Amino acid sequence: MFLATTLLAASEESGEDGGFWEDAYPIIPHPAELIVGLLAFAVLYWVVAKKVVPSFEKLYKERSEAIEGGIAKAEQAQAEAQQARAQYSSQLAEARGEAARIRAEAQSERKAIVEAARAEAAEAAARETERGRAQLAAEVAQARGELSRQVGELAVELASRIVGETLAGSDAATRTVDRFIADLEERAEGTTSLGKA
Amino acid sequence: MSLLAMALGQSAGSNPSSVPLAASSGEGFESPGVTDFWQPLIGEGAWAITRASFLMVLSVVLLAWVMTAVARKLTVVPGKAQFAAEAGYNLVRNGLGREVIGSPDFLRFLPLLVTLFFLIIVNNVFAIVPVIQFPTMSRVGFPAALALVVFVVFHYVAIKKKGFVPYLKSLVPPGLPGWLVPFIFLLELVTYFFTRPVTLALRLFGNMFAGHLLLLLFTLGGEYMLLHSDAPVLQVLSVGSFAGSFVMTAFELLVEVLQAYIFTLLTALYIAGSLADEH
Repeated sequence: MFLATTLLAASEESGEDGGFWEDAYPIIPHPAELIVGLLAFAVLYWVVAKKVVPSFEKLYKERSEAIEGGIAKAEQAQAEAQQARAQYSSQLAEARGEAARIRAEAQSERKAIVEAARAEAAEAAARETERGRAQLAAEVAQARGELSRQVGELAVELASRIVGETLAGSDAATRTVDRFIADLEERAEGTTSLGKA
Repeated sequence: MSLLAMALGQSAGSNPSSVPLAASSGEGFESPGVTDFWQPLIGEGAWAITRASFLMVLSVVLLAWVMTAVARKLTVVPGKAQFAAEAGYNLVRNGLGREVIGSPDFLRFLPLLVTLFFLIIVNNVFAIVPVIQFPTMSRVGFPAALALVVFVVFHYVAIKKKGFVPYLKSLVPPGLPGWLVPFIFLLELVTYFFTRPVTLALRLFGNMFAGHLLLLLFTLGGEYMLLHSDAPVLQVLSVGSFAGSFVMTAFELLVEVLQAYIFTLLTALYIAGSLADEH
């Protein structure tokens, strides 16, 4: 800069015809231009530093925050969706298990019912058979008693008629009747199977 | 290119009538030179408000207006205009700041880089904007002012980070033979305190100065050949000169953008060097 000041002095010496600056070496800075340049830079720097750069940087910050916020939101939504899907599938599996359990239960219940019904039916049949058999036996016994009484009466009557006297009540008569009946029974056993029942 | 331009300028300044192009005419062609860049608007001499000063102020007003208007309307989801503005801002922010200086330090220097890039690019493009048609940075005072700012910043940053003496020591790379240290130290001292700021300013100045001079040469040369020359051959050939000025205009746009980028890139590199621990 000392160069400029010496040249400035030189220009003042050279008079007021503007001659020095008119054809001065072009690498000699003109003092007024140097000062205007510094001031112009200072003013523009102030504007840029105070207004332009801060608002651009604020914009970039807001933009990156917006993008990061969007990513976080998407991640959260994805996590929620995954959770919902897991919940859904677990519920589905639970429902399937429940259905299988109910089916198995029903099957076993059905088997039990069938088994019970069959057992009951068999029991009823057995009971009915037993009763029939008992009744038959009772009827056979009754019939046999009746028959032997009637045969006895008939035989006594027949014998009294033949003998002409009442033998009823005597030991001999009773013995005779019994022997007769046993004889009859023996004969009946040879001819029919009913005698056994 | 700047050497050629300066040679042309100086020859024109010292002896205007001896330019070979003026062979056929009596009055001669006065080739453009240094004097074409001296355009005082108000006042005279060292404190004159020049055309370049006026353009510099105009560029600041325009930039401040457009930038604050854009900054006020920023939305998270950008429109077309904001998309373009963000592309420009990101070129400096990510392409230069974050790439060269690195996170998170670059945020501190963003205002500096943004201001430099847009101030230089607008003033450079002024060179080919119709009516304005003057590159502010072809007046060395402006690149010098900006280089001065960068010079102060990168030394301040380094001294604040390392301390003054350790900073000077760090200029010499470690592991050198002892006898070499003084020489390298001197070399690095000159590089850091003289070469860097001066080349930063002169690179920008030289490119703009030379480019404008070439455009002037093509345009004024064509005009002279067409209107002031007696030889019909030269009048026909003036078409070539005008065509050349169109080609150079397109080329200038490239140089203007590139120089703004390079100035800002070097600023970022110097700051990154100041922040680095090693040489």
